Amino acid sequence: MSSNQLALWYLVAAVSFILALKGLSSPPTARRGNLYGMIGMAIALLVTLALVYSHSKNVLPILGAMAVGGVIGAIVAKRVQMTQMPELVAAMHSLVGLAAVFIAIAAINNPEAMGLHSPITGLHKAELFIGTFIGAITFSGSVIAFGKLAGLGKHFRLFSSAPVVFPGQHWLNLAIGIAMIGFGIVFFMATGSEWAPFIVMTALAFLLGFLLIIPIGGADMPVVISMLNSYSGWAAAGIGFSLDNPMLIVAGSLVGSSGAILSYIMCRAMNRSFISVILGGFGGETTAAAGVEQKQVKSGSPDDAAFLLSNADTVIIVPGYGLAVARAQHAVKELAAKLAAKGVTVKYAIHPVAGRMPGHMNVLLAEAEVPYDQVFEMEDINSEFPQADVALILGANDVVNPLAEQKGSPIYGMPIIEAHKARSVLVNKRSMASGYAGLDNPLFYMDKTMMVFGDAKKVVEELVKAVD
Amino acid sequence: MTSGVEPIVFYLTIFVLAVFVGYHVIWNVTPALHTPLMSLTNAISSIILVGAMLAAGPADLDWGGWLGVLAVALVSINTFGGFLVTQRMLDMFRKKEPKSAEKK
Repeated sequence: MSSNQLALWYLVAAVSFILALKGLSSPPTARRGNLYGMIGMAIALLVTLALVYSHSKNVLPILGAMAVGGVIGAIVAKRVQMTQMPELVAAMHSLVGLAAVFIAIAAINNPEAMGLHSPITGLHKAELFIGTFIGAITFSGSVIAFGKLAGLGKHFRLFSSAPVVFPGQHWLNLAIGIAMIGFGIVFFMATGSEWAPFIVMTALAFLLGFLLIIPIGGADMPVVISMLNSYSGWAAAGIGFSLDNPMLIVAGSLVGSSGAILSYIMCRAMNRSFISVILGGFGGETTAAAGVEQKQVKSGSPDDAAFLLSNADTVIIVPGYGLAVARAQHAVKELAAKLAAKGVTVKYAIHPVAGRMPGHMNVLLAEAEVPYDQVFEMEDINSEFPQADVALILGANDVVNPLAEQKGSPIYGMPIIEAHKARSVLVNKRSMASGYAGLDNPLFYMDKTMMVFGDAKKVVEELVKAVD
Repeated sequence: MTSGVEPIVFYLTIFVLAVFVGYHVIWNVTPALHTPLMSLTNAISSIILVGAMLAAGPADLDWGGWLGVLAVALVSINTFGGFLVTQRMLDMFRKKEPKSAEKK
């Protein structure tokens, strides 16, 4: 296959990837989008395989390795729980990062095999350096993110979902970053013996990825996971530059910009700047120091709540991550169906950070077979709360906290779901504990609010029974 | 094409344009599908498999070549797993047929 043919096939694959992402603009076209993605990937891989075959005939190790990886991937994809998606995605980011490092090492070891000049030119070295350090940071950062998301903090403190902070942390990170770039420059300048600076640089990058993520608390995980998504794309693009491969550059940039946009959306949804998330230390141990005097909450039984729900015209359900933890999605769907059968209009309101990664709650509801046209994004449904009879809040806290509308409160400016505007509010929580932000929630003390304490799944199941 | 332009300039052009395309396409993705978007982009980032294949391609594999083979195995997990899990999620986002009286 000529280089021209190869490049044209890569163009077809790149266009398929763009169509794949375009398909995700709405649920009905999304499956076709994924199909485009698969086709693009199949084309890119087949022509590359043909290229390798025409050079060396040695494709068996590649096919064998792909079979092993493919089987593992297929099993994981089939078995993974939807609540575990964030962990899975983090784990997959780490693989891309590690592969980028391996490819860079292989390229330095044998540049000619990768179609590069030997010795590697300065420019390619600079590109390899960029691809490698982004890859290394992606790898170690994703491993930490995986540990935090999978709840490994019980076994290893470094994986704790509470931020791991120590004095001088940011200065240390800065120093490591500068040293890493310094060794990168040494690698760039070196003639002949480039291994030593390369290895030191890569080791520092691994260390940096690790140190960058440990101070970030559990509440900020949606940002972290989007950011690592972005990094994995940039790592692929960087490797594409060093291998003179436009396919990697295009696909890598698509992924990189996607992750960057998602990070921005998540930051905006929490009203936090990207920098403050990266610097970390937020969430976890910050206790409710806000001196709120003991106020009375009105608490009721599931029967009381069911009475309220059955007599409503419109009910808006606000699910939070507490709902997913309790695995109550199916019970909620059942409740919604029963209410609908009684003529009640039921809608769902989703805050962008309701789950642990962007769009997580939508997937969890879709898994429970909640029709997606009953599920609304925050901006689309907020105007409907004043007309709603009941807002049913299940396992959400900060995202419905009206303090966000009060100047001077720590979460002032954060966009919230305006559940407090509904005629009456039902809140299910396990206890009066505060959310990630460590703030008290005035919504719970409003006259029209009734608290139903207990595990979300049990409470919702009791509601289902009581609605009859 | 202007002769004498370094290839890096073309790659940079491709890169910048691809970032713009990505930016515009991604903003059109509905927020409800952000999780499938992440798993799909994850699968797409496994395009790095192309690089790993080249690394694993020489006729005589030295240790660097075997590192390439290892990279192929690792990233194949993403390639296959990423697309399949995206498919699994998207299959859940079907509009329910009004088979029962649940919907008005």
